[in-house]
Amino acid sequence: MKPRPAGGRRLVDLTVRIFSGLAAVIAIFMLSWIIWEVAKKGVAALNPAFFTKLPTPPGIEGGGLANAILGSGLITLIAVAMGVPVGLFAGIYLAEFGGGSRLAAMVRFTVNVMMGVPSIIIGMFVYALLVLPVGHFSGYAGGVALALIMLPIVARTTEDMLGLVPNTLRESALALGAPRWKATLGVVLRAAKAGLLTGTILAIARVSGETAPLLFTAMNSPYWPSSLNQPTANLTVTIFNYAMSPYEDWQRAAWGASLLIMASVLAVTILTRFGFREVKR
Amino acid sequence: MSPSSAEETRPRPPAQAAFMQVIKPGAIPGDNCPVNGEGRGPERAAPKIVTRGLNFFYGKHQALIDNDLEIAERKVTAIIGPSGCGKSTHIRVYNRIYTLYRDQRAEGEVLMDGQNLIGPGVDLIELRRKVGMIFQKPTPFPMTVFDNIAYGLKLHYTMSRGELADRVEKALRQAALWEEVKDKLGQSGLALSGGQQQRLCVARAIAVEPEVLLMDEPTSAIDPVATAKIEELVEQLKGQFTIAIVTHNMQQAARVSDFTAFFFEGRIVEFGATRDIFTRPAKKQTEDYITGRFG
Repeated sequence: MKPRPAGGRRLVDLTVRIFSGLAAVIAIFMLSWIIWEVAKKGVAALNPAFFTKLPTPPGIEGGGLANAILGSGLITLIAVAMGVPVGLFAGIYLAEFGGGSRLAAMVRFTVNVMMGVPSIIIGMFVYALLVLPVGHFSGYAGGVALALIMLPIVARTTEDMLGLVPNTLRESALALGAPRWKATLGVVLRAAKAGLLTGTILAIARVSGETAPLLFTAMNSPYWPSSLNQPTANLTVTIFNYAMSPYEDWQRAAWGASLLIMASVLAVTILTRFGFREVKR
Repeated sequence: MSPSSAEETRPRPPAQAAFMQVIKPGAIPGDNCPVNGEGRGPERAAPKIVTRGLNFFYGKHQALIDNDLEIAERKVTAIIGPSGCGKSTHIRVYNRIYTLYRDQRAEGEVLMDGQNLIGPGVDLIELRRKVGMIFQKPTPFPMTVFDNIAYGLKLHYTMSRGELADRVEKALRQAALWEEVKDKLGQSGLALSGGQQQRLCVARAIAVEPEVLLMDEPTSAIDPVATAKIEELVEQLKGQFTIAIVTHNMQQAARVSDFTAFFFEGRIVEFGATRDIFTRPAKKQTEDYITGRFG
């Protein structure tokens, strides 16, 4: 039997190669473009005052976004303090204790659904829960909204990372006479430490760019966040407001804030990629 | 411990007597328990663990069928047999590590010092202090060499820092690892070589002063030189611990053990003094296996 000529297959091979290569180049190109544009426009806004001063009315020089930077930091801190422990322990439950139980299946399903809920809906939910009853926006409500976004991400990565820990390690700890909780917290979590840290940091990176859930919760403020029980300045809503404004200096500040967020997320991502890559043997 | 009436109704002699009885080869009918040699030398040892009618299930699949076995005190008992014959499953009953998995279940009697290990009311933490385990792959914890050993000690004892350091050193010396790691106690246990990691696991297991050591193919993942060291270690430790070792390597069983049990398809085909099993096995199946005709 004569083999079919290779010409046609070679052509298909070439086409697939070209298209996948092109797609890869487009992806890298778009990312580089975004980084370039934001950096180019944002860098003009960055000066010491940007990090230390309160915002000024349009047209008045020398203002900064120090309150929004601080506010975003505080809101994220609240989100981490609430979302990470709950997510972590939910993940531990799924990986270590739930097994194939019905509750575990339910939790797993819930977590997957929560991952897919649009963040604006989370914002609306927290608005109805924590803003309407008290009658005013607050930084706390913003923290809760972000925590709700972090929770499923942390739970999922925790379950996945603990799933990678070999069973023999659990057995070794139990075989020494460790109770299950000690084996989990002392040995299994430690073995998955790098992965858990990466998951947490990526969750932080994810929420640091969220605007919609803060629009209805933390809102914004031109003042220092003296209490989180009031509308609290934050970078993303500031970008939203400033970018929509007709004032050139506000627009410039919005670019600066965008650059700041982008640079931090990029730095954090690169850090997790290289910093926590532990020596595995 | 004296045989109960329930035991007397069984068709074989009480476990304690099995080692001491003088039985002529060939005098035993097709039983799967007896010692098939003259009752002298290493056979004269009291059993530490007596297993009777042990059945084991993975879900619906039965992996062990009516196992009867005695593990002699302060001796080495080797468990040999082809892959999947239930060797590991059998010793994993002794520390009840199988209870980690919901669908695994054991039935029968496994008596250690008179207590049925698979019965109710067994304190697993205390049981596992008394019955240590070494796994096929070295499993150092992701912590320093020192903390690897201290982990088990802290679980079971309250001691001062000085005592802890002494006990860690003692365990590492017993495991013939001290000289190699005494300057690396603060380094990660994962940074040691494979053979060193396995000895670290031995040190970790013996640090809590168990009575029994279970070794589940302890040398199958390490190189020949490291294997020789582990075997030497087994030789040294047996004066102090009761050892049950699962092995794929028949030369290893012949070298290190006093008794050998041959498992096949979940049953114990033959059990006796190692030199008898290897020089004049009573069963054709045993002979076929040790001469390499199958398995």
